[in-house]
Amino acid sequence: MDEFAMGSSTETSYFGPTANPWDLERVPGGSSGGSAAVVAAGEAPFALGSDTGGSVRCPAAFCGVVGLKPTYGIVSRYGVIAYANSLEQVGPLANNVADIAILMDVIAGYDRRDSTSIDRKIAYQKALVNDVKGLKIGIPKEFFGEGIHPDVEKAVWNSIHKYESLGATWEEVSMPNIKYALASYYIIAMSEASSNLARFDGTRYGFRENGENWNAMVSKTRAESFGTEVKRRIFLGTYALSAGYHDKYYLKALKIRTLVKQDFDRALAKFDLLMAPTMPNPAFKIGEKIEDPLTLYLSDVNTCPINLAGVPSISISCGFTDGLPIGLQIIGKLFEELTVLRAAYTFEQNTDYHTKRPLEVA
Amino acid sequence: MITKEDVEHIGWLARIDINEQEKVEFMEKLNSVLEYFGQLDELPTEYIIPTYHVAEIYNVFREDVIEECLPQEIVLANTEYKQDGTFRVPKIG
Repeated sequence: MDEFAMGSSTETSYFGPTANPWDLERVPGGSSGGSAAVVAAGEAPFALGSDTGGSVRCPAAFCGVVGLKPTYGIVSRYGVIAYANSLEQVGPLANNVADIAILMDVIAGYDRRDSTSIDRKIAYQKALVNDVKGLKIGIPKEFFGEGIHPDVEKAVWNSIHKYESLGATWEEVSMPNIKYALASYYIIAMSEASSNLARFDGTRYGFRENGENWNAMVSKTRAESFGTEVKRRIFLGTYALSAGYHDKYYLKALKIRTLVKQDFDRALAKFDLLMAPTMPNPAFKIGEKIEDPLTLYLSDVNTCPINLAGVPSISISCGFTDGLPIGLQIIGKLFEELTVLRAAYTFEQNTDYHTKRPLEVA
Repeated sequence: MITKEDVEHIGWLARIDINEQEKVEFMEKLNSVLEYFGQLDELPTEYIIPTYHVAEIYNVFREDVIEECLPQEIVLANTEYKQDGTFRVPKIG
């Protein structure tokens, strides 16, 4: 995985990048890319990831597996090193929706050791029903923005038409503030990260570099032990929270979060589900984007708005382009994982994309 | 736009030492991201209430009774810098 879950490709890992089982020259997505890669390669039936801005769904899409980001608070974060705690959720990855439901039945539930844990009992396997008749699907046009790969767009629309043939209805919907979601997301995530990672000061655990006094010890320890991308995000987060810039960046981002959330509230009041591409493009080559952080950040454009709103979202395989998987993202209302899982399960029962394995697709 | 001096100051606030080469590199890459963040300015938000998190949970309290906590040797197990049941650090300042 990417170091401290900061990345969309696993290339920032201290231990080196993970390869995508579909094409070893490409990234598996990130940050939980290793989790998706082992599931896609058949090395493990299930895996867990943490999704702060798409870190379960992006690798699920790039590796052709299923990945769920549950509603914020449904799965305990106890034991997970916090990156951006107001955004992140632990989520399952597996080869099919039934396995996702089984894993959710195990990991979801109240935990007093996580102060954001929500006490709500849901039997996830009840969602495994092959029926979408009467479901109302909204298609937010802002998720089909410029730069989207034509095959991705085609595969997602084919999926929507598949749902229509199975008895669901769809309509386009506008979510005008989505275009500001990425910037808002990154400001919030980096600000929270700069605070959360302050605990890595060499005092109580982990690496320590000696210094002549406390500040020197901490500054050298952190210089030596954090990777470049982690430092960049801590720097940006520190700046966004610093005197004179807090209102311009951090507070502004939190206000925009409100507007983005309102977009979701409005759209999900009208529709049962929203559907969109998980990633605008298929898996890119190792080394292609890592030198330019902004380009890499932009690849999270369709996944990070969901974390701002806290709603559940799943990525399932819905097609291929040049032998690389394409992910369909299905977004639901808060705590309505059952509807999300039912729609995903129904798609699987009526298509065969999820049965494809690396090396089988030309 | 942030300058090399700003980068130095942020490094101090974040307690991360950076060398001369990193200062220049950070300045360039941080500025390109900050320029992107600047697009938020076009949206008026004066009367919008900020959202800090979306879980409708407020003030998670527990009864004020002593509960079991981690034993001292476990807490100190992950560092070699310890003394008399405490963490040892260099002098402050």
